[in-house]
Amino acid sequence: MTDLAKESPSTIGAEFARGLAATFPLMVSAIPFGVIFGTLATNAGLSPLAVMAMSVFVFSGSAQFIAILLLGTGSALGVIWLATLILNLRHLLYAATLVDHVRHLSQTWRFGLSATLTDETFAIMERRYREEGGGPNAHWYYLASCLGMYLNWQFWTYIGIVLGTEFPQVKNWGLEFAMIVTFTGIVMPALRSSPFWAAAIIAGIVATLGNFLPYKLGLMLGALAGILAGLGLQEWRRRKARGEQVMS
Amino acid sequence: MSGMEVMLMIAGMALINLAIRWPVYLFADHVRFPPLVERALAFVPVAVLTAIIVPATLYPDADKGLQLTYMNPYLVGAVVAAVVSWKWKKLMPTILIGMAVFFVTRWMVGV
Repeated sequence: MTDLAKESPSTIGAEFARGLAATFPLMVSAIPFGVIFGTLATNAGLSPLAVMAMSVFVFSGSAQFIAILLLGTGSALGVIWLATLILNLRHLLYAATLVDHVRHLSQTWRFGLSATLTDETFAIMERRYREEGGGPNAHWYYLASCLGMYLNWQFWTYIGIVLGTEFPQVKNWGLEFAMIVTFTGIVMPALRSSPFWAAAIIAGIVATLGNFLPYKLGLMLGALAGILAGLGLQEWRRRKARGEQVMS
Repeated sequence: MSGMEVMLMIAGMALINLAIRWPVYLFADHVRFPPLVERALAFVPVAVLTAIIVPATLYPDADKGLQLTYMNPYLVGAVVAAVVSWKWKKLMPTILIGMAVFFVTRWMVGV
């Protein structure tokens, strides 16, 4: 437990403010992607309304980028939809990981918190639940993270549409590095035993080797390989420990 | 692509996203994973986040190849951030120091 956890106030307002604060660096790192998406999509010939509709209703950065890319090559709708499906399969893992913490909530809450879940909010919420557990108002922390990421994405998409091609240098600012450091700061403390190290190392290697694959398949393969490696080592050690108990 | 087709594209993408993200929460009252799956899920955060970070750090530029060198500010910043995080386990210092090292390295390398 951190110092933060001990003094953490659990009023709705405090949870909301802390969720937003924790998500802030990731909102900054999304700025270039939002702006570039708005710019690219407009230049690809979509109407401003269609570009905004995509961010509002699809709300999935990688899928939106791929759709624009595929539109440019004249791909069929089915291809774009299939890419969306493959790109977002990792959300099944996210939902399965967090579901224990939302089971008690109403269906309205569960809808909102699932429809707006992103990589970023998943990382933030996993850390929060790991370090502090739930709490009566933890879902307000979660909601703040979702809303922050959502409104941020809409705003920067809009800026991209408005500024068009006049603002391409935003991609050279290096803001997207904020996501890399934030995720690093979330992963390192989670490496609490050798199975977790195995999961991280294998996931990193496989994802890097698979980096050339389309539709972020490298990410998905890396994640699955990492999970299997961690689980495999853990189960092997459990079995070994049990075996030694039986022997003695 | 016609306006109608664009609308169809967006509607389809939105539905597919929802079809992946929503069901586990929707049926949460009935979803209980077997113990082995529960134990596997404990590795999801570490595995997924590392699978995102490592390629992004080693291939910062889509047009260039692998950049396993100290001239790569993404790599230098991420390694320093990892050490800071490992030593102090605090998120904010990790982010601030990592970003600072990233920008200084980038300035020194002159990209």
